Amino acid sequence: MKATIYRMTLVMWIGVAPVAVSEDLASVIHASFSDSGQATLMRLEQDPLQQRCSQPRDKRVDDDIAMALRQERLNAVVFPEDGNFLGDWQRGSAVAASGRGLQSNDDPSIANGGNCYACHQLAPTEVAYGTLGPSLTQYGLRGQSEAMLRYTWTKLWDTHAFNLCSHMPRFGAQKILTEQQLKDVMAFLLDPNSSVNQSAEGPSSAH
Amino acid sequence: MTLYRFVMMIPRWWLLLMVVPALADEGIFDQYRDLMGDDNPAIFVIEEGEEFWVQSQGPSAATLEACDLGLGTGVTRGAYAQFPRYFADTDRVMDIETRLLYCMETLQGRDREVIAAKPYSLRGDFGTELEALVTWLAAESEGMTIAPEQAHPKERAMYAMGEEIFFYRAGPHDFSCATCHEQSNKRIRLQQLPNLTEHTEVAEAYGSWPAYRMSQGLVRTMGWRLQDCFRQQRWPGLIFGSEVSIALQTYMAVNATGGIMTAPGLKR
Repeated sequence: MKATIYRMTLVMWIGVAPVAVSEDLASVIHASFSDSGQATLMRLEQDPLQQRCSQPRDKRVDDDIAMALRQERLNAVVFPEDGNFLGDWQRGSAVAASGRGLQSNDDPSIANGGNCYACHQLAPTEVAYGTLGPSLTQYGLRGQSEAMLRYTWTKLWDTHAFNLCSHMPRFGAQKILTEQQLKDVMAFLLDPNSSVNQSAEGPSSAH
Repeated sequence: MTLYRFVMMIPRWWLLLMVVPALADEGIFDQYRDLMGDDNPAIFVIEEGEEFWVQSQGPSAATLEACDLGLGTGVTRGAYAQFPRYFADTDRVMDIETRLLYCMETLQGRDREVIAAKPYSLRGDFGTELEALVTWLAAESEGMTIAPEQAHPKERAMYAMGEEIFFYRAGPHDFSCATCHEQSNKRIRLQQLPNLTEHTEVAEAYGSWPAYRMSQGLVRTMGWRLQDCFRQQRWPGLIFGSEVSIALQTYMAVNATGGIMTAPGLKR
């Protein structure tokens, strides 16, 4: 009520309505969409991370709240129970290439893809790669130390644990990929035999 | 005319098929556009749109010629370039698609809900009446300066809301419009992404819709383009003519102000 009176006063004083409409935004968004297949209106609700990251790049600040959110994401990462991080790189390659899953027109009974190639260069033989994310070609040169395995797993599980407001989806935390699919993508990145770690001409001499 | 359209398109499609494997490269569609020259299959849709405009329809057996698109009754030249805009008769900011529905309802006595239920064609369909009208009206603004009104408070509020929605992250993938469209020189797979926060790029992108989509054999409008973006964002379905749709079109149009309308475009 106070806000309304303040607004009306402002309108009378300066002759134009205020343009900031944040408090109405959620209701406008909800009224503008309808359930479509598996994509229901529930998806419009923001969690604290999404809320925090809904600002232009140049307006994001690294404050205590950001640090706390990052720590919260880090604490919530679930590592493989059996301690084995690496699956099958060939299956991982298929996960990286598939862009389907969770769209309103996708069949929910078929496995989701990771769509890694939409944003990253991976196997050098695949020329149709996107550039929103960094190239991951030869990622396996970083080795397979415990620290490297845990770091890479965390990036895939919830990239915000390191880089709050990264564009990359939270493949583990949001259950986009299964634990087995994540292991397969891990192998696709880190297995020396993986196509990610070959040169475009053939097997890398480093391996 | 359908057969004529079909025959006209065959040689060029063959040309594309021959060219694709040789040029697995992001520039391929630019090269295809060059090959096409001024030949855009959308010209047939433009003709259809003009025919719809002067065709008596609905319970009132009226044409759309008395429709006010913002520049006065029946003025079509340059009208598209100034959308979205505030209309006193509805007290709303409208995009050209919802304005056309308003005219169909008020002038022709047609049921808005029926048209709004299927504004865009599905793959394999021929285009809808609305798509044809929008394509013709865009052609009526070709070469003109993009100049949406921002005088009315509701127009400014719509822009502000569009900006907020542009950065609003939601859904299982945390995607917003900005995920793909707040940086320059980026692409998804081989598809170049325009930075819609940057004037030159948004002007080129916004000004080239509606566009003939070669992969679909149809003209697509900006309203359709937004619906398909949200599908890929893993959001629910964007309702035709909704506030979000008009707000985002306002955000893009205002950011594109001063750019030139080149639509109908020719796209992948």
